[in-house]
Amino acid sequence: MIRFVIRRILVSIPLIWALATLTFFIVRMAPGDPLAMYYNPEIDPSVMETLRVRLGLDQPIHVQYVKWLGALAQGELGVSFGRHRPVAEILAETIPNTLNLTIFSLALILVVGTAVGVVSAVRQYSLLDNVTTLSALFIYSMPGFWLGLMLIILFSLKLRWLPASGMESVNAEFLSAGARFLDHVRHLILPAFVLGIASAASVARYVRGSLLEVIRQDYVRTARAKGLSEGRVILRHALVNALIPVITLLGLYLPFLLSGAVVTETIFGWPGMGRLTINAIFQRDYPIVMATNLIAGVMVVAGNLLADVLYGVVDPRIRYE
Amino acid sequence: MRSLLSFVPGLGHAQHGRTGRGVILALVWLALLSVAVFGRARVAQAFSTPTPEEIRAGSVWSGPDAKAAVIVLYAGLVLIPVFSAWDCRRLRRGAPGRRVGESQWKAVYRRFGRNPVARTGLGLVLVLYAVALLAPLLAPHDPNAQVDIVETRYLAPGSVHVTDAGSRSFLLGTDKFGRDVLSRIIYGSRISLTIGFVAVGIAVTLGTLLGALAGYFGGKTDWLIMRFVDVLMAFPRIFLVLTLIAIYRPSIWLIVAVIGATAWMGVARIVRGQILSLKEQEFMQAARALGMPHARVILRHVLPNTISPVIVAASLMIGDVILTEATLSFLGLGVQPPTASWGNLINQGRDNLLGAWWIATFPGLAIVATVVSYNLLGDGLRDALDPRLKS
Repeated sequence: MIRFVIRRILVSIPLIWALATLTFFIVRMAPGDPLAMYYNPEIDPSVMETLRVRLGLDQPIHVQYVKWLGALAQGELGVSFGRHRPVAEILAETIPNTLNLTIFSLALILVVGTAVGVVSAVRQYSLLDNVTTLSALFIYSMPGFWLGLMLIILFSLKLRWLPASGMESVNAEFLSAGARFLDHVRHLILPAFVLGIASAASVARYVRGSLLEVIRQDYVRTARAKGLSEGRVILRHALVNALIPVITLLGLYLPFLLSGAVVTETIFGWPGMGRLTINAIFQRDYPIVMATNLIAGVMVVAGNLLADVLYGVVDPRIRYE
Repeated sequence: MRSLLSFVPGLGHAQHGRTGRGVILALVWLALLSVAVFGRARVAQAFSTPTPEEIRAGSVWSGPDAKAAVIVLYAGLVLIPVFSAWDCRRLRRGAPGRRVGESQWKAVYRRFGRNPVARTGLGLVLVLYAVALLAPLLAPHDPNAQVDIVETRYLAPGSVHVTDAGSRSFLLGTDKFGRDVLSRIIYGSRISLTIGFVAVGIAVTLGTLLGALAGYFGGKTDWLIMRFVDVLMAFPRIFLVLTLIAIYRPSIWLIVAVIGATAWMGVARIVRGQILSLKEQEFMQAARALGMPHARVILRHVLPNTISPVIVAASLMIGDVILTEATLSFLGLGVQPPTASWGNLINQGRDNLLGAWWIATFPGLAIVATVVSYNLLGDGLRDALDPRLKS
């Protein structure tokens, strides 16, 4: 098991190198001058040249690549062109916010998806089952940004129940710890719902299918024959096994959630990595774009690794050679 | 003579002693062809998306000429197949029945036709394409007409604007610049549907080609291509697409190319997997033993056997691509205003969500309807093409 994990990590390293290389060349081969934002009639052209040298943009591309890769290996992500601060510092502020949103959303996906899946499996072909099947179809087909806007119109603007943007209220600093936490959760509800709803629908479909398969097996009949209550049979005997394939899916939802975070954070004004990327793209802030691309890639690789490992943990029948 | 028979419309009818019918058919074809050739500028105008310069220069697409050309073309496209089908059925009626086995495609067609969900999906998709192609006829107003911006901006759905020149009604309201939302949605459908189709075409072509190369040749080729697939799959797709589009200037063709170029990996994996299992079968050895070149073996013997899962993947991908395009346009990195696309219509609705909720709401409903239709069609195709996959 441990050997398997180590081997998987070793295999991931070239993958991450390839990700970094691809990112570098996509961004650097682009037309347009990253110094364009500094051009100003009041700045002397010689100053621009100094700036170019200081930022290392005067060197040939392969030299820049080797230097960048060397710095990257030491955890150095460079300095943002637009904000004049180390990229690592900016990321340290934004990544926790994205993780906060993503993890809350993941919990929502798991709880809501499983609950709906169990109910629609137990009551197969009931009205409720058909309604969830149909709504799952619509939820998959809905653009997340549109759903977000509709929820903002309904819950924030018309009903005024939930805040429309940001992570905290303006006066959050003056609230007591408990009230501040509640305030944060209120800000989380809408974005986490928008981010997770599509994945929750797919988890519900998986749980339903997998539970229906498990329910037909002999040991479930045995459990029923012992006289166990139906709830106990479903939850303690069937569901635990039905969740095995679902657990592994959670790692694979990570890229999906990260992609979704780009849009969700933009709509809800959430100061995370997705919004940072969008802003950096509009400002041609290459170091930030490269760093967020790379980090998103690394998170996906890590998610896949986690899925593989979890599969072995929850299902001892799986053996790694 | 045979080739002439199959090319010149009406000749076959004449040969079977139905000269009148043949002459009519030939004339209809002639009329259509002449419209297509001499009126091509007008038709192209009606079907193209105008550039911002053209929009500023004034309305170019809703003139009577363009409408007439579209009507004639449509009448031809619909009438000729209907006439042919009717004619064939009539000719066949007296002929002795032939007994043939059911081909694979016939079985697919039969299974597809029996599935009400699939039929609904196909019907909806056809309606959507008809709307996109008939936009100049269906749209109540010019999608870029602003008329009197002070009076017609932010009109609620269903309101009527009365002037001395007559009244204009806006079924779905107007936007910030007084443009009719319904007309903009109708014209916006062209962008979404075109991009969906073309981008998926690119993705399927690329994916099939690379997947076939990897699966067929194996070894180093396979390793190289599949590692490339792994790397591209490791990017959350939107990051890759956003970066690529932001670096260059957003244009419709760039969006199509980038979406297509980042969506092929799934297809490549499917095709490769299929080919790996096909390679073990005898007909492949036979094909190679007969001395056929690789290209012929791949194109004639391997690919036709991988087509079903590719069609299924493609039809399910279209919905996803439409959502991606809408997202890009929403973020301001896709189709640029004033050209209407569903994504940028929703983005414009953000300016006044509370006061003018209809601007953001209705284009979103259009997206949902389109993607649902494609997903229904894809599910139906999957059930028809590969009954084993049925969920």
